Amino acid sequence: MKRKLYELAHSRAGDKGNTLIVSVIPYQEQDYEMLCEKVTVDAVKEHLQGIVAGEIVRYELPNICALQFVCSRALLGGVTTSLGMDTHGKSLSYALLEMEI
Amino acid sequence: MLRIGSGAGFAGDRLEPAVLLAEQGKLDYLVLECLAERTIALAQRRKLQNPALGYDSLLEKRLELLLPILKKNGVRLVTNMGAANPVAAAEKIVEIAKRQGIAIKVAAVTGDDVLEQMHPEQRTLESNEPLSVYGQLISANAYIGAEALLPALETGADIIVAGRVADPSLFLAPMMHHYGWSWQEQDKLAQGTVIGHLLECAGQITGGYFADPGKKDVPGLAELGFPFADIDQDGTAVISKIEGTGGVIHLGTVKEQLLYEVTNPYAYLTPDSTVDFSSVRLREISPNRVEVSGGKGKEQPATLKVSVGYHAGFIGEGEISYGGSHARARAQLAGEVICERLASRSFSEIRVDYIGSNSVHRTSFGHQHEPYEARLRVAAKVSSQAEAEQVGEEVEALYTNGPAGGGGARKYVHEVIGIVSVLIPRDQVQTQVTIREC
Repeated sequence: MKRKLYELAHSRAGDKGNTLIVSVIPYQEQDYEMLCEKVTVDAVKEHLQGIVAGEIVRYELPNICALQFVCSRALLGGVTTSLGMDTHGKSLSYALLEMEI
Repeated sequence: MLRIGSGAGFAGDRLEPAVLLAEQGKLDYLVLECLAERTIALAQRRKLQNPALGYDSLLEKRLELLLPILKKNGVRLVTNMGAANPVAAAEKIVEIAKRQGIAIKVAAVTGDDVLEQMHPEQRTLESNEPLSVYGQLISANAYIGAEALLPALETGADIIVAGRVADPSLFLAPMMHHYGWSWQEQDKLAQGTVIGHLLECAGQITGGYFADPGKKDVPGLAELGFPFADIDQDGTAVISKIEGTGGVIHLGTVKEQLLYEVTNPYAYLTPDSTVDFSSVRLREISPNRVEVSGGKGKEQPATLKVSVGYHAGFIGEGEISYGGSHARARAQLAGEVICERLASRSFSEIRVDYIGSNSVHRTSFGHQHEPYEARLRVAAKVSSQAEAEQVGEEVEALYTNGPAGGGGARKYVHEVIGIVSVLIPRDQVQTQVTIREC
């Protein structure tokens, strides 16, 4: 049965220029391995198509049981020049959590 | 034990938590982090208009409240509220102290302003294009580090006021000063940077920007307390907050903050260190107390990042709302009308959003429902203020020219300051300390 990532993990988005940085942190640390298997770069790329135009890099942090996704060309140019509503892309943590796994 | 409090996480942050920290926190140092990427470019423009300005616009308000408490409790203040003009900030602080009858010594740290060292061929990190393609530059400020703050701390000044200092360095410098950590003790510097990074956004580690009702509850959000850290000689720290304040500190809030805005957790670059977050250990030792240890790192990067501000034209925006049956369809028709009218005037970069449907995520991931109301938003980037004004004017014109039942039109125009980054060899950045006292 598929579930939304929202059910299992929390997340915060940050920005550096036109790059979106977004964490995925399971509520239960024992879910970390499973998230590593399912929340892959390809899966995130597919889910965020139309938002992320550039490369996505995933970092694994087993010491704190968390994943970090660094997504380039994702913020319509970045905070100062973007025409978007959410110029920082801060709301996009919840876009990632909409992903079904 | 060394105790450092974090009293502001951005320029517009709330005032009371810092006052409470200074009053009740038994702090050695209070840090106020008040600079974002573009804040300094805006400050540079204020300084151009008036050489006595260019420091943080809330500086006076914050210091009026804090000075007597800091002095009474012997708490030293470290801040980047100097923005584009740390010396003017120091003079303003002395002026406030005089007015309050307080003797004070303020050290201003300058040298981050490197606008004169920029040359048009320099390539940006963002696009690899030369700076010259970005047109008129407004500002260029290098991220300076603990190295620049240490001499200021050594003067014994009560207040250290700087401009573009890397956020974690504001916290690392007092640790290095207090414990005498050397530049060879790279793991301690890395661990100190981790602590600084955790504290730099103030309320974000105490549950600000965390709450999701029923899922991630945060008690007392309206009275959110700000954090402080108790730091050991070896760099191990416990993050906590004043008892009775709102918010919460646990593994969830600390993990979110640890990764916040970090583009490579295996090599987090600051002017002081190259930090590896994969070695950091977090442990909840009691409610609202999380121990942080184990940060490791390598030498400081050979270059410093420079934030360059440039004129990037104007953005014009217009909004109007539709409610009731068929609201979304009427908003959509309104959007199409605006696009047609603006496109005929060669407005190339236009964005249309339907607030309530797709405006923040740019999509709705298949959520299909007819919203009760819909707000159209149109934005365009243009080179002149006059053109930018036309966007809102066109949206306003929908009152008598557009679909049925539109209301609440608003229009905005603002000048855009773009930011790009370049690298500069660190030996090209010379910092100084200037003392003002009364």
